[in-house]
Amino acid sequence: MKRENMIRSLVVTGFGINCEEEMAAAYRKAGADAVILHLNDLFEERDSIHHYDILNFPGGFSFGDDIGSAKVLANKFKFRKMRSGNCFIDDIKEFLSAGKYIMGVCNGFQALVKMGLLPNIAGNFEQEVTLTHNDSGKFEDRWVRCLITAENPSPFLSDPEIRHIELPVRHGEGKLVIRDKDIERAILDNNLNVMTYADPRNRPASTYPDNPNGSQLNCAGLCDPAGRVFGLMPHPEAYLSLYNHPDWPKKKRELPDISEEGEGLSLFRNIVEKVKAEKK
Amino acid sequence: MKIDDDNVFIWKVETHNSPSALDPYGGALTGIVGVNRDPMGTGIGGGRCLFNTDVLCFGSPYYKGALLEGQLHPRRIMAGVVKGIEDGGNKSGIPTINGSIVFDDRFRGKPLVYCGTAAVMPMKYKGRPSWEKKIDPEDRIIMAGGRIGKDGIHGATFSSLEIDEHSPRSAVQIGSPITQKNLSDFMQKAAGFGLLKCSTDNGAGGLSSSVGELAEICGGAVVELDKAPLKYPGLQPWEIFISESQERMTFVVEPEKVGELFAMARDFEVEVSDIGYFTDSGYLDIRYKDEPAAYLELDFLHHAVPKKTMSAEWKSPQLKEPQIVDPDFNNILLQLMGHLNICSKENVIRVYDHEVKGKSIIKPLMGSEGQAPQDAAVMRLYHDAYTGVAVSNGIIPRYGDIDPYEMSAGSFDEAVRQIIAVGGTLPDPDNHDGIFWTVNDNFCVPDSLYDPVKNPDGKLKLAKLVRMNEALFDMATFFNIPMTSGKDSMKNDFKIGDIKISVPPTILYSMVAKMNDVRRAVTSDFKKAGDIIYLVGKSYNELGGSEFYALFNVTGANVPRVRKEDAKRIYRKMSEANEHSLLQSAHDISDGGLAVALAESAFGGNTGCSIRIPDSGIGAAAELFSESHSRFIVSIKPESEDKVEKIFGSDCTRLGEVISGDRIRIRVADEELVDMRISILLAAWRDALSL
Repeated sequence: MKRENMIRSLVVTGFGINCEEEMAAAYRKAGADAVILHLNDLFEERDSIHHYDILNFPGGFSFGDDIGSAKVLANKFKFRKMRSGNCFIDDIKEFLSAGKYIMGVCNGFQALVKMGLLPNIAGNFEQEVTLTHNDSGKFEDRWVRCLITAENPSPFLSDPEIRHIELPVRHGEGKLVIRDKDIERAILDNNLNVMTYADPRNRPASTYPDNPNGSQLNCAGLCDPAGRVFGLMPHPEAYLSLYNHPDWPKKKRELPDISEEGEGLSLFRNIVEKVKAEKK
Repeated sequence: MKIDDDNVFIWKVETHNSPSALDPYGGALTGIVGVNRDPMGTGIGGGRCLFNTDVLCFGSPYYKGALLEGQLHPRRIMAGVVKGIEDGGNKSGIPTINGSIVFDDRFRGKPLVYCGTAAVMPMKYKGRPSWEKKIDPEDRIIMAGGRIGKDGIHGATFSSLEIDEHSPRSAVQIGSPITQKNLSDFMQKAAGFGLLKCSTDNGAGGLSSSVGELAEICGGAVVELDKAPLKYPGLQPWEIFISESQERMTFVVEPEKVGELFAMARDFEVEVSDIGYFTDSGYLDIRYKDEPAAYLELDFLHHAVPKKTMSAEWKSPQLKEPQIVDPDFNNILLQLMGHLNICSKENVIRVYDHEVKGKSIIKPLMGSEGQAPQDAAVMRLYHDAYTGVAVSNGIIPRYGDIDPYEMSAGSFDEAVRQIIAVGGTLPDPDNHDGIFWTVNDNFCVPDSLYDPVKNPDGKLKLAKLVRMNEALFDMATFFNIPMTSGKDSMKNDFKIGDIKISVPPTILYSMVAKMNDVRRAVTSDFKKAGDIIYLVGKSYNELGGSEFYALFNVTGANVPRVRKEDAKRIYRKMSEANEHSLLQSAHDISDGGLAVALAESAFGGNTGCSIRIPDSGIGAAAELFSESHSRFIVSIKPESEDKVEKIFGSDCTRLGEVISGDRIRIRVADEELVDMRISILLAAWRDALSL
């Protein structure tokens, strides 16, 4: 396909974001054109998010997470004046009203939550939930199993074939805490709790280590009511290949013709196909 | 090392022992972010960090004896060091993919903290070979990254002394991984745009070392210390020159490119300062506000240090084999699984991000329960190709109590055989298969300078170092593995009054081998009931220095010896078997011997094993627990039996089969010695070490 006809996905980086390379690789494998751009290039308006179809906030330790995960980054997005005098968040609102999509993983998810993009039930871009320290009190890298919520509004999770997925989590602050019962009710009523931690038999898990952080609603990922913004703690971009899975040799032994693609790639395929269909 | 026509592989392993003894968190953090800067500053610079490795040696966290003044408890040192490595690696976005922890109470004075980093750098930048360091007179000296403070002054010199209660904690720097991450991102772009002529890092010795070394290339330099940005006013010129404040690189930049470089630095929010220029005067000319601060002839600076002459005298220790009467093998295996040097390091492994960048193929722990320990890490290099590397380490200090030569040779073999276990193939100089191997050697020894009063056994200590080196030479030349880098740490003692705690002489071999296709990697855990289990290699009566003897607090005499020719033949056969996809699992046999390796191979989930070891005449204890080198436990599909036996011949011994139950049964000849539940062994192994 010619490059100008391709779906364009923007992956931002800088200030301690560190999963940009695999995030871009995910979109390329899914058939999109992916560009990695330093945030200051956006703030200086050398390029604009409006030139892209999908905007991605990858994982990392933005500004060291020293005063709470992604807090500084979220404030930068909300209050940093760009060259034109607009704040970056205004650009993001405009991007969403143009019907485009945003994804945040791990530190990116934390930033989306703290700048009020998720779950954004009231639609006023104010923070309604937070992601805070794991119940275990520590950072952990381990693989978890997640259930995909039925009839959820996120096109990233629209594949009816995939009802659960295994992915690695790598965070110290992934526990979802919801401000009040009304917001919790709205999250459940609208199926916005799109991914939940599960045990090996695919039943919802509230206990460690199947639920790695003690998240309310066993939440691993959220989306906004319009299905435009999606954030999750596990790393789908770290499971692009079968050979990333911790039990791949046994999977291959049991199914010699198993696909060499990792399940994480399906999320990126879903969104790229969705945007393609919308553009037709 | 050349990876392919487009990229080169760079790596370095360092130690940060003294800082970690005084301030475990700061010492280890600076150790890891410090060694990151070595590959970042190789050649032109701008290498993209690929992975970290960390090998640690501590006293037992359960140590109950008295502590000396100024000495921290081993548990506190361990917790701080692990936290430092966690922050240093995770916040930099570099996966910590390999490591190990060795416990011995002689490390309670000074812990050993080995930190390694690898990077990938383009073969060329704008047509210029990336690994070259070229400098011409008038090129500018640009300092980039953090500012200079009083932190880390005399860090390098204090590290080269024994520690006592007066050792200054202020000599330890505290790193900021995010400042360095911005610097690293910036360097990749600047190097790609051809703005850097070359770079080097500011580590030990700060500017004095970085500029002092670079100046030798073109024959001189002028440094204007007042142009260097400070964290706070009040530093003396000499302090500015030798401060080891972190996150700083020194760049060599052609005068006409300085403007563009500074503009790019602003985008990355990296502070850069022009602090002088190179010359061909033959002098290192240091100025402060136009006043001379130092003026030293380069030739004197680099070549005038008198060579030290030291004496060494080797005497073999007088040792004998103990008699261990009627051991209860079930109980011994259970104790070994929970022994600190054998037990699971999961509580440490999981606080390190070992998967960022999405390229991990063999992780430290695998299997359906994420519990099966692996031998070497395997990582792919690119997202669009299956080229990768296997990464291992070999370190067995306790063998040095019997013979430092065999300790060093055995550590080397351990590193090689871990890579063979995961599917690596030995270097073959006659076959240009594009597979590179590299080894880093890091020595950590106690003070070995003889002194009749202060160090009466100095000659023996130095002889141990000589023997370690002889083994390194023999092994590296025999296997054709180049020693691309290495380092020594020569004063690992903690001293107060008449009490001195010295580390045992220790060498770490860190090894990397390229793998052309990581999909051929082999993991350690059994895959399916019915598979046949073999021992590859031969067991000898070599319990000397073993973990088995350690349970009885004895050393023994029969230290495992490396039989190099046998090892090479066996490793080639392992590769041949893997080429034909015959190996369903392979696990190298090391600490705790065959019985421990069998149990670990059964930790992948839902498998056990039923084993009958033929009597080879070395005794049941040696069959089960001898740590003879160059051996593997492998499992194969039943239908591969003929092919496997044809390849290995007398180098393999059929032991039994994988079973589906929660059970490990081991008979030696016809006597049943072990019959236990795997789940009990797993629990003992998993829960022995907490942070």
